[in-house]
Amino acid sequence: MHSPKPNPEARSSDDWPSELYRILKAADVRQMSYVPDAGHSELIRMFSADRDVTTNVLTTEEEGIAIAAGAWLGGQRSVVLMQSSGVGNCINMLSLSAIGRFPLLMLVTMRGEWAEFNPWQVPMSRATQPSLEAIGMKVMRAETAEDLVETVESAAALAYDSDQQIAVLIGQRLIGKKKW
Amino acid sequence: MPMQAQLDRRAAVATLLRSRKDTLIVSGLGSPTYDLHSVGEHDGNFYLWGAMGGAALIGLGLAQAQPGKRVIALTGDGEQLMGVGGLATIGVARPRNLDIVVIDNQHFGETGMQASHTGRGVDLTAIAAACGFAATGTVRTLEEVERLAAQIAQPADGPRLFVVKVLAENPPRSLPSRDAVFIKNRFRAHLGFAAA
Repeated sequence: MHSPKPNPEARSSDDWPSELYRILKAADVRQMSYVPDAGHSELIRMFSADRDVTTNVLTTEEEGIAIAAGAWLGGQRSVVLMQSSGVGNCINMLSLSAIGRFPLLMLVTMRGEWAEFNPWQVPMSRATQPSLEAIGMKVMRAETAEDLVETVESAAALAYDSDQQIAVLIGQRLIGKKKW
Repeated sequence: MPMQAQLDRRAAVATLLRSRKDTLIVSGLGSPTYDLHSVGEHDGNFYLWGAMGGAALIGLGLAQAQPGKRVIALTGDGEQLMGVGGLATIGVARPRNLDIVVIDNQHFGETGMQASHTGRGVDLTAIAAACGFAATGTVRTLEEVERLAAQIAQPADGPRLFVVKVLAENPPRSLPSRDAVFIKNRFRAHLGFAAA
């Protein structure tokens, strides 16, 4: 029988942005910076509505790396949201996090790897993980909502409690095909 | 015809920071880091030796985390030109406790004194004003730097950017530690945060 109600299981996996928001709030994240991205739009909306979190919209992703270092100098935890194409913009600025052992958590939605319509996204998609690892970041990846929530929880603890520089790559399969 | 700068950068920075009190300062790589160190070591200094383009944005994150403290990003024209998009980000964020002070010799001093964009007509104060900064200004004499120091000590309605036009010269280097972890932990301890 057809039910108008969404399947609870499907709803929970569709609602991973709310779960990430809950985890990042529990980790006492007080600053969020972002370059707008469709995959992150729900998380951006929730943080922007939160008066306890300072949000910064960036002109380019490396600004968020510098802001996160400044936040930590001032005693606050920061998270940076971007898509894989933005990782390429960050590489030199990530020297700051690496050499200063600044806690860093980046959540990166992947483009160019799954049902991608735009071939220009593909080269940076291929370069995302190797270039992050080359500059000294730890890279974690998630392909399902359940795995993503657990991964971000672990990454937040590693970043903020153990002074690690971590990028969590959110597989494009999880975001879903962009509709045009 | 543009006025030629006569101001010595070290004298300018020393005058600007003579009564800094508990101001927190992030210095951009190259000469501004040497200038800041030459004034005297301070636990509230964070020196950059890299991360070009990042000084003002580190200042933004710091200013947002410490809204009760005045924060200065002390940088050079080359460094700020690389981070020029950051002026838009700071203009939108509108912190009331962040000042960007550009020690502008109109040249890339670290790399052989090639003329920079500010020496070819680009005006960082006009860019900052267009980004919505609360105040901007350009100073060229020690007396004007003294007035600027007094202005910076006053509360602001938003971010401010000031250009200090200085002679294009490389004074003897005054080198702080290059150990970023040490500088970071010292800075955080100064604010009362435990080292990792």
